[in-house]
Amino acid sequence: MTNQEIISKLPYSKPFLFVDEIVQIDENGVEGNYTFDESLDFYKGHFKDNPVTPGVILTEVMAQIGLVCLGIFLLNDTFNKNTSIALTSTEIAFLKPVFPKEKVTVISKKVYFRFGKLKCKVIMKNEKGEEVCTGLIAGMIVSK
Amino acid sequence: MNKEQTIEELKNIVKPYIQNQEAFDGLTEDTDFINDLKINSANLVDVILDIEEKYDIVIDNEAMERMVNVKAAMEIIENKLSEKNS
Repeated sequence: MTNQEIISKLPYSKPFLFVDEIVQIDENGVEGNYTFDESLDFYKGHFKDNPVTPGVILTEVMAQIGLVCLGIFLLNDTFNKNTSIALTSTEIAFLKPVFPKEKVTVISKKVYFRFGKLKCKVIMKNEKGEEVCTGLIAGMIVSK
Repeated sequence: MNKEQTIEELKNIVKPYIQNQEAFDGLTEDTDFINDLKINSANLVDVILDIEEKYDIVIDNEAMERMVNVKAAMEIIENKLSEKNS
């Protein structure tokens, strides 16, 4: 499966698709990136006249690249329209703010993938290479 | 394998994941992980990985599906341990 095919299989669309590119992927982990468009709706209100990317959105970017892309890669041919995915837990430290137009890189390393549960150690970096958030994310990805 | 001791060990393993303290305090062989202790299916995976680590056994999908309560977990642990030592 090519990196573009993985992205095309993601069950998201605008304005909630937060993956631009997968740079590297194998059975142990994934690296990908996303650039925050300044016209994204949540910047209008978070915060008033002071747009900063919400932590929940950073978490979502980490989950879409670090967990869902990797999960699709790992399930390979068994991933289809009937596959259900769900975020089950997050434990994340937010270290630096991310502003509109910033490009972030997510690096995810698999902790385990057992019985449909994928748990990863995930780091997000900004363009300067600084860590902006880091933590553990887990989800269930189950083909019926 | 000592039954009381195994129940105590299982209690320690499930403790971080339970959502129903009352069912946990009164835990018996018939206590169901999901329905009684309210452990969600994602955390049940962690319970099983912790059991694997504690007893140095490998639990397969088929055993995972049977592991719904304390009694089933004890049976599976006992079986896997005897397979390992035979």
